[in-house]
Amino acid sequence: MLRLGKTDYEAIRAHGEETYPHECCGVLLGHATDDGNSVSEIARAGNTRTDSAHNRYNISPQELVKIQRQAREKQLDIVGFYHSHPDHPARWSPTDFAEAHWMGCSYVITSVEKGKAALTNSFLLTGSGEEDKKFEDEAVEVG
Amino acid sequence: MEIQIPTPLRTYTGKQASVQVEGATVSDALASLTAAYPDLKKHLFTDEGKIRSFVNLYLNDDDVRYLPAKEATAVSAKDSLTIIPSIAGGRTLGTN
Repeated sequence: MLRLGKTDYEAIRAHGEETYPHECCGVLLGHATDDGNSVSEIARAGNTRTDSAHNRYNISPQELVKIQRQAREKQLDIVGFYHSHPDHPARWSPTDFAEAHWMGCSYVITSVEKGKAALTNSFLLTGSGEEDKKFEDEAVEVG
Repeated sequence: MEIQIPTPLRTYTGKQASVQVEGATVSDALASLTAAYPDLKKHLFTDEGKIRSFVNLYLNDDDVRYLPAKEATAVSAKDSLTIIPSIAGGRTLGTN
């Protein structure tokens, strides 16, 4: 289960609406607990795939390092990522899966239909490495 | 020097978010890291001993792959090496 506050949940969805028809992206910061990841705050990130932002996203490693450093100062960890799918279902794609390398982290996807956030789903990346990784549906608890 | 360990790899470092290693270069530091935590090796390196394509290394604020000496870059005790896997994706394969 992924836990996050209402403000962060709505901010993730709003980000997707703002960047529509392009994909938005960002980082989930918080802690891993025994029953899932718990988000304390989110960090928006830039989508470097300006060549194909309507169906691709990439967060620059440089920005990730900066986000991780700032999170560490607040004693937070990176526990996941979010991005949007403009006019496309809130489910992971083969591209999302191929590019997923943060085992134990939650990948949140929001479908944005004609500019309005629709569904927000989360998928936990499980496995020990590239050879056995898989996405598992996980419930989202908004509190 | 200090090496920052990303969340998914902390399983292999006893849950430590950072570890101290010895080494004169980035390569030496990584070798020290995998000597201390052997299970990390396959997650960082290919069978041919090259850094995996989705593993990014930052020496302080610089991407190691763009440094003139790359992994042969000299390091000091005050430096910090960050291991940061890539994050990317998108709704479909190919473009439309």
